Amino acid sequence: MSHSSTMDEAELSQEGLNGLVKDWSTDKQTYHVPWGKAMMWIFLVSDTFIFSCFLVGYMTVRVSTTDPWPLATEVFALSFFGSDPIPLILIALMTFVLITSSGTMALAVNYGYRRDRKKTVLLMIATAALGATFVGMQAFEWSKLIGYGVRPWGNPWGAPQFGSVFYMVTGFHGLHVSAGVIYLLVVARKVWRGDYEKKGYEIVEITGLYWHFVDLVWVFIFAFFYLL
Amino acid sequence: MSSASGQQHPLGIYLKVWILLFVLSLFSYMVDYLHVQGPLRWTLVLLFMALKAGFIMAIFMHVVWERMALALTILGPPSILLLLILLMAIEGNYTESARVQYLGHDPFAAPAHVSH
Repeated sequence: MSHSSTMDEAELSQEGLNGLVKDWSTDKQTYHVPWGKAMMWIFLVSDTFIFSCFLVGYMTVRVSTTDPWPLATEVFALSFFGSDPIPLILIALMTFVLITSSGTMALAVNYGYRRDRKKTVLLMIATAALGATFVGMQAFEWSKLIGYGVRPWGNPWGAPQFGSVFYMVTGFHGLHVSAGVIYLLVVARKVWRGDYEKKGYEIVEITGLYWHFVDLVWVFIFAFFYLL
Repeated sequence: MSSASGQQHPLGIYLKVWILLFVLSLFSYMVDYLHVQGPLRWTLVLLFMALKAGFIMAIFMHVVWERMALALTILGPPSILLLLILLMAIEGNYTESARVQYLGHDPFAAPAHVSH
Protein backbone atom coordinates (compact mmCIF):
# COMPACT_ATOMS: atom_id res chain seq x y z
CA MET A 1 0.00 0.00 0.00
CA SER A 2 1.68 3.13 -1.21
CA HIS A 3 -0.25 5.45 1.09
CA SER A 4 1.38 4.17 4.25
CA SER A 5 4.85 5.05 2.98
CA THR A 6 3.79 8.55 1.95
CA MET A 7 2.08 9.27 5.25
CA ASP A 8 3.81 11.60 7.58
CA GLU A 9 4.27 9.88 10.90
CA ALA A 10 4.03 13.14 12.81
CA GLU A 11 0.76 13.90 11.08
CA LEU A 12 -0.75 10.57 12.04
CA SER A 13 0.40 10.85 15.61
CA GLN A 14 -2.23 13.54 16.11
CA GLU A 15 -5.46 11.98 17.23
CA GLY A 16 -8.92 13.28 18.05
CA LEU A 17 -9.95 16.79 17.05
CA ASN A 18 -6.41 17.93 16.18
CA GLY A 19 -6.08 14.89 13.97
CA LEU A 20 -9.40 15.71 12.33
CA VAL A 21 -8.25 19.22 11.43
CA LYS A 22 -4.88 17.91 10.23
CA ASP A 23 -6.51 15.18 8.08
CA TRP A 24 -8.87 17.64 6.41
CA SER A 25 -6.19 20.23 5.77
CA THR A 26 -3.73 17.91 4.04
CA ASP A 27 -2.86 18.45 0.39
CA LYS A 28 -3.32 14.93 -0.80
CA GLN A 29 -5.30 12.50 1.29
CA THR A 30 -7.91 12.85 4.02
CA TYR A 31 -8.70 9.25 4.91
CA HIS A 32 -5.65 7.25 5.89
CA VAL A 33 -7.18 3.91 5.04
CA PRO A 34 -6.97 1.80 1.86
CA TRP A 35 -9.10 3.43 -0.82
CA GLY A 36 -11.33 0.34 -1.09
CA LYS A 37 -12.23 0.67 2.56
CA ALA A 38 -13.05 4.38 2.26
CA MET A 39 -15.22 3.62 -0.79
CA MET A 40 -17.02 0.81 1.02
CA TRP A 41 -17.77 3.15 3.91
CA ILE A 42 -19.13 5.80 1.56
CA PHE A 43 -21.32 3.19 -0.12
CA LEU A 44 -22.56 2.03 3.29
CA VAL A 45 -23.42 5.60 4.30
CA SER A 46 -25.49 5.95 1.11
CA ASP A 47 -27.14 2.58 1.79
CA THR A 48 -27.97 3.82 5.28
CA PHE A 49 -30.04 6.54 3.67
CA ILE A 50 -31.92 4.04 1.50
CA PHE A 51 -32.86 1.85 4.46
CA SER A 52 -33.67 4.94 6.51
CA CYS A 53 -36.09 6.09 3.80
CA PHE A 54 -37.89 2.76 4.07
CA LEU A 55 -38.01 2.81 7.85
CA VAL A 56 -39.08 6.47 8.06
CA GLY A 57 -41.74 5.75 5.40
CA TYR A 58 -42.89 2.82 7.52
CA MET A 59 -43.13 5.06 10.57
CA THR A 60 -45.11 7.67 8.64
CA VAL A 61 -47.73 5.24 7.29
CA ARG A 62 -48.00 3.47 10.61
CA VAL A 63 -48.50 6.72 12.54
CA SER A 64 -50.96 8.16 10.03
CA THR A 65 -53.19 5.13 9.47
CA THR A 66 -56.29 4.80 11.63
CA ASP A 67 -56.63 1.10 10.79
CA PRO A 68 -55.30 -1.14 13.55
CA TRP A 69 -51.75 -2.42 13.01
CA PRO A 70 -51.54 -6.25 12.91
CA LEU A 71 -49.90 -7.88 15.94
CA ALA A 72 -46.40 -8.92 14.80
CA THR A 73 -45.98 -11.16 17.83
CA GLU A 74 -48.96 -13.26 16.65
CA VAL A 75 -48.30 -12.99 12.90
CA PHE A 76 -44.76 -14.38 13.25
CA ALA A 77 -45.58 -17.03 15.87
CA LEU A 78 -44.77 -20.60 14.98
CA SER A 79 -45.68 -23.93 16.53
CA PHE A 80 -43.31 -26.88 16.57
CA PHE A 81 -44.63 -30.45 16.56
CA GLY A 82 -48.15 -29.35 17.45
CA SER A 83 -47.16 -27.16 20.41
CA ASP A 84 -48.89 -23.87 21.15
CA PRO A 85 -47.57 -21.15 18.82
CA ILE A 86 -44.40 -19.58 20.25
CA PRO A 87 -44.53 -15.80 19.66
CA LEU A 88 -42.02 -14.33 17.18
CA ILE A 89 -39.81 -17.41 17.41
CA LEU A 90 -38.83 -17.56 13.74
CA ILE A 91 -37.63 -13.95 13.81
CA ALA A 92 -35.68 -14.58 17.01
CA LEU A 93 -33.96 -17.56 15.36
CA MET A 94 -33.18 -15.47 12.26
CA THR A 95 -31.66 -12.80 14.52
CA PHE A 96 -29.44 -15.37 16.22
CA VAL A 97 -28.35 -16.82 12.87
CA LEU A 98 -27.36 -13.37 11.61
CA ILE A 99 -25.50 -12.45 14.80
CA THR A 100 -23.64 -15.75 14.69
CA SER A 101 -22.62 -14.93 11.11
CA SER A 102 -21.39 -11.51 12.22
CA GLY A 103 -19.22 -13.20 14.83
CA THR A 104 -17.68 -15.63 12.34
CA MET A 105 -17.07 -12.70 9.97
CA ALA A 106 -15.27 -10.70 12.66
CA LEU A 107 -13.04 -13.69 13.33
CA ALA A 108 -12.39 -14.12 9.59
CA VAL A 109 -11.15 -10.51 9.40
CA ASN A 110 -8.87 -11.15 12.36
CA TYR A 111 -7.39 -14.35 10.91
CA GLY A 112 -7.00 -12.59 7.56
CA TYR A 113 -4.67 -10.03 9.11
CA ARG A 114 -2.82 -12.87 10.85
CA ARG A 115 -2.36 -14.36 7.35
CA ASP A 116 -3.99 -17.61 8.42
CA ARG A 117 -5.58 -18.31 5.05
CA LYS A 118 -7.19 -21.61 5.93
CA LYS A 119 -9.07 -20.29 8.97
CA THR A 120 -10.03 -17.12 7.09
CA VAL A 121 -11.55 -19.09 4.21
CA LEU A 122 -13.38 -21.51 6.51
CA LEU A 123 -14.82 -18.71 8.60
CA MET A 124 -15.91 -16.80 5.49
CA ILE A 125 -17.63 -19.91 4.13
CA ALA A 126 -19.31 -20.41 7.52
CA THR A 127 -20.49 -16.79 7.37
CA ALA A 128 -21.86 -17.30 3.87
CA ALA A 129 -23.61 -20.53 4.94
CA LEU A 130 -25.26 -18.76 7.88
CA GLY A 131 -26.30 -15.94 5.55
CA ALA A 132 -27.83 -18.44 3.14
CA THR A 133 -29.64 -20.04 6.10
CA PHE A 134 -31.03 -16.64 7.01
CA VAL A 135 -32.30 -16.10 3.45
CA GLY A 136 -33.84 -19.57 3.49
CA MET A 137 -35.69 -18.81 6.73
CA GLN A 138 -36.86 -15.56 5.22
CA ALA A 139 -38.21 -17.38 2.16
CA PHE A 140 -40.07 -19.69 4.55
CA GLU A 141 -41.46 -16.66 6.40
CA TRP A 142 -42.59 -15.04 3.13
CA SER A 143 -44.31 -18.21 1.97
CA LYS A 144 -46.13 -18.47 5.31
CA LEU A 145 -47.35 -14.87 5.10
CA ILE A 146 -48.37 -15.30 1.47
CA GLY A 147 -50.30 -18.38 2.62
CA TYR A 148 -52.10 -16.30 5.28
CA GLY A 149 -53.23 -13.93 2.53
CA VAL A 150 -50.85 -11.06 3.33
CA ARG A 151 -50.45 -8.93 0.21
CA PRO A 152 -48.79 -5.55 -0.39
CA TRP A 153 -52.32 -4.11 -0.63
CA GLY A 154 -54.05 -5.92 2.23
CA ASN A 155 -54.12 -8.58 4.92
CA PRO A 156 -56.77 -10.30 7.06
CA TRP A 157 -55.94 -8.48 10.32
CA GLY A 158 -55.74 -4.72 9.90
CA ALA A 159 -53.86 -1.91 8.17
CA PRO A 160 -53.05 -2.86 4.55
CA GLN A 161 -49.73 -0.99 4.81
CA PHE A 162 -48.45 -3.86 6.99
CA GLY A 163 -47.96 -6.01 3.89
CA SER A 164 -46.37 -3.30 1.76
CA VAL A 165 -43.85 -2.43 4.48
CA PHE A 166 -43.12 -6.06 5.27
CA TYR A 167 -42.37 -7.14 1.71
CA MET A 168 -40.47 -3.98 0.83
CA VAL A 169 -38.23 -3.79 3.89
CA THR A 170 -37.52 -7.47 4.47
CA GLY A 171 -37.24 -8.05 0.71
CA PHE A 172 -34.67 -5.31 0.28
CA HIS A 173 -32.75 -6.53 3.29
CA GLY A 174 -32.89 -10.14 2.05
CA LEU A 175 -31.52 -8.97 -1.28
CA HIS A 176 -28.60 -7.41 0.58
CA VAL A 177 -27.95 -10.65 2.46
CA SER A 178 -28.09 -12.66 -0.79
CA ALA A 179 -25.65 -10.28 -2.47
CA GLY A 180 -23.43 -10.51 0.61
CA VAL A 181 -23.35 -14.32 0.40
CA ILE A 182 -22.15 -14.11 -3.21
CA TYR A 183 -19.62 -11.40 -2.34
CA LEU A 184 -18.27 -13.50 0.55
CA LEU A 185 -17.89 -16.61 -1.60
CA VAL A 186 -16.10 -14.68 -4.36
CA VAL A 187 -13.63 -13.14 -1.91
CA ALA A 188 -13.19 -16.43 -0.01
CA ARG A 189 -12.24 -18.15 -3.27
CA LYS A 190 -9.63 -15.48 -4.04
CA VAL A 191 -8.22 -15.72 -0.50
CA TRP A 192 -7.99 -19.48 -0.96
CA ARG A 193 -6.09 -19.04 -4.22
CA GLY A 194 -3.64 -16.74 -2.46
CA ASP A 195 -4.47 -13.68 -4.57
CA TYR A 196 -3.93 -11.35 -1.60
CA GLU A 197 -0.60 -12.68 -0.34
CA LYS A 198 1.17 -9.66 -1.81
CA LYS A 199 -1.31 -6.82 -1.38
CA GLY A 200 -2.52 -7.81 2.07
CA TYR A 201 -5.84 -8.81 3.54
CA GLU A 202 -7.71 -5.50 3.82
CA ILE A 203 -10.23 -6.97 1.39
CA VAL A 204 -11.49 -9.34 4.10
CA GLU A 205 -12.10 -6.37 6.39
CA ILE A 206 -13.91 -4.52 3.58
CA THR A 207 -16.12 -7.54 2.91
CA GLY A 208 -16.68 -7.72 6.65
CA LEU A 209 -17.81 -4.10 6.75
CA TYR A 210 -20.55 -4.89 4.24
CA TRP A 211 -21.60 -7.99 6.15
CA HIS A 212 -21.73 -6.24 9.53
CA PHE A 213 -23.76 -3.47 7.93
CA VAL A 214 -26.35 -6.02 6.79
CA ASP A 215 -26.50 -7.28 10.39
CA LEU A 216 -26.73 -3.70 11.63
CA VAL A 217 -29.75 -2.99 9.41
CA TRP A 218 -31.42 -6.12 10.74
CA VAL A 219 -30.99 -4.81 14.32
CA PHE A 220 -33.16 -1.82 13.37
CA ILE A 221 -35.71 -3.87 11.38
CA PHE A 222 -35.99 -6.35 14.26
CA ALA A 223 -36.66 -3.55 16.75
CA PHE A 224 -38.95 -1.30 14.73
CA PHE A 225 -40.90 -3.74 12.58
CA TYR A 226 -41.10 -6.88 14.70
CA LEU A 227 -40.88 -5.69 18.31
CA LEU A 228 -42.56 -2.28 18.40
CA MET B 1 -1.68 3.85 14.16
CA SER B 2 -3.66 0.67 13.66
CA SER B 3 -5.54 1.72 10.53
CA ALA B 4 -2.32 2.17 8.59
CA SER B 5 -1.32 -1.47 8.93
CA GLY B 6 -4.87 -2.84 9.09
CA GLN B 7 -7.19 -3.33 12.02
CA GLN B 8 -5.59 -5.94 14.23
CA HIS B 9 -6.97 -6.58 17.68
CA PRO B 10 -6.96 -9.46 20.16
CA LEU B 11 -9.55 -12.18 19.53
CA GLY B 12 -10.95 -11.87 23.04
CA ILE B 13 -12.71 -8.56 22.41
CA TYR B 14 -14.58 -10.02 19.42
CA LEU B 15 -15.70 -13.03 21.42
CA LYS B 16 -16.88 -10.84 24.30
CA VAL B 17 -18.88 -8.56 21.98
CA TRP B 18 -20.29 -11.60 20.23
CA ILE B 19 -21.61 -13.02 23.51
CA LEU B 20 -22.92 -9.59 24.47
CA LEU B 21 -24.87 -9.34 21.20
CA PHE B 22 -26.45 -12.73 21.88
CA VAL B 23 -27.47 -11.67 25.37
CA LEU B 24 -28.89 -8.34 24.16
CA SER B 25 -30.87 -10.11 21.40
CA LEU B 26 -32.21 -12.55 23.96
CA PHE B 27 -33.25 -9.62 26.18
CA SER B 28 -35.11 -7.93 23.31
CA TYR B 29 -36.86 -11.20 22.53
CA MET B 30 -37.82 -11.61 26.19
CA VAL B 31 -39.45 -8.16 26.09
CA ASP B 32 -41.87 -9.56 23.52
CA TYR B 33 -42.14 -13.01 25.09
CA LEU B 34 -43.05 -11.61 28.51
CA HIS B 35 -45.58 -9.19 26.95
CA VAL B 36 -43.98 -6.04 28.34
CA GLN B 37 -46.15 -3.20 27.02
CA GLY B 38 -46.35 0.59 26.91
CA PRO B 39 -43.48 3.02 27.50
CA LEU B 40 -41.36 0.36 29.21
CA ARG B 41 -41.48 -1.78 26.03
CA TRP B 42 -40.35 1.16 23.92
CA THR B 43 -37.57 2.06 26.33
CA LEU B 44 -36.20 -1.47 26.57
CA VAL B 45 -36.46 -2.29 22.85
CA LEU B 46 -34.79 0.98 21.82
CA LEU B 47 -32.12 0.64 24.52
CA PHE B 48 -31.15 -2.90 23.46
CA MET B 49 -31.28 -1.83 19.80
CA ALA B 50 -28.96 1.12 20.39
CA LEU B 51 -26.51 -1.00 22.40
CA LYS B 52 -26.42 -3.72 19.73
CA ALA B 53 -25.99 -1.22 16.90
CA GLY B 54 -23.32 0.61 18.91
CA PHE B 55 -21.26 -2.49 19.62
CA ILE B 56 -21.50 -3.78 16.03
CA MET B 57 -20.31 -0.43 14.68
CA ALA B 58 -17.70 0.31 17.33
CA ILE B 59 -16.03 -3.11 17.60
CA PHE B 60 -17.00 -5.32 14.66
CA MET B 61 -16.77 -2.45 12.15
CA HIS B 62 -13.76 -0.94 14.01
CA VAL B 63 -15.18 2.60 14.10
CA VAL B 64 -13.84 3.16 17.61
CA TRP B 65 -10.30 2.61 16.32
CA GLU B 66 -10.62 4.77 13.20
CA ARG B 67 -9.36 8.32 12.94
CA MET B 68 -11.94 10.98 13.67
CA ALA B 69 -12.01 12.17 10.03
CA LEU B 70 -13.41 8.80 8.94
CA ALA B 71 -15.62 8.25 11.99
CA LEU B 72 -17.34 11.62 11.48
CA THR B 73 -17.83 10.93 7.77
CA ILE B 74 -19.65 7.75 8.76
CA LEU B 75 -21.68 9.08 11.68
CA GLY B 76 -22.21 12.72 10.71
CA PRO B 77 -24.43 12.60 7.60
CA PRO B 78 -26.84 9.96 8.98
CA SER B 79 -27.41 12.07 12.11
CA ILE B 80 -29.41 14.50 9.95
CA LEU B 81 -31.97 11.68 9.67
CA LEU B 82 -33.12 12.53 13.19
CA LEU B 83 -34.60 15.70 11.74
CA LEU B 84 -36.39 13.72 9.02
CA ILE B 85 -37.79 11.34 11.65
CA LEU B 86 -39.04 14.27 13.73
CA LEU B 87 -40.67 16.01 10.76
CA MET B 88 -42.33 12.84 9.50
CA ALA B 89 -43.61 11.98 12.99
CA ILE B 90 -45.25 15.41 13.19
CA GLU B 91 -46.67 15.01 9.70
CA GLY B 92 -47.94 11.48 10.38
CA ASN B 93 -49.65 12.51 13.60
CA TYR B 94 -51.27 15.43 11.82
CA THR B 95 -52.59 13.14 9.05
CA GLU B 96 -53.99 10.72 11.61
CA SER B 97 -55.73 13.45 13.58
CA ALA B 98 -57.24 14.82 10.34
CA ARG B 99 -58.57 11.37 9.50
CA VAL B 100 -60.09 11.02 12.94
CA GLN B 101 -61.53 14.53 13.01
CA TYR B 102 -62.87 14.90 9.47
CA LEU B 103 -63.42 11.34 8.26
CA GLY B 104 -64.73 9.94 11.53
CA HIS B 105 -62.20 7.08 11.67
CA ASP B 106 -61.83 5.19 14.93
CA PRO B 107 -58.15 5.38 16.04
CA PHE B 108 -58.63 2.77 18.78
CA ALA B 109 -59.84 -0.16 16.68
CA ALA B 110 -58.19 -3.42 17.72
CA PRO B 111 -56.47 -5.61 15.12
CA ALA B 112 -57.93 -9.05 14.40
CA HIS B 113 -56.18 -11.92 16.16
CA VAL B 114 -54.17 -14.32 14.07
CA SER B 115 -55.30 -17.93 13.91
CA HIS B 116 -52.53 -20.35 12.92
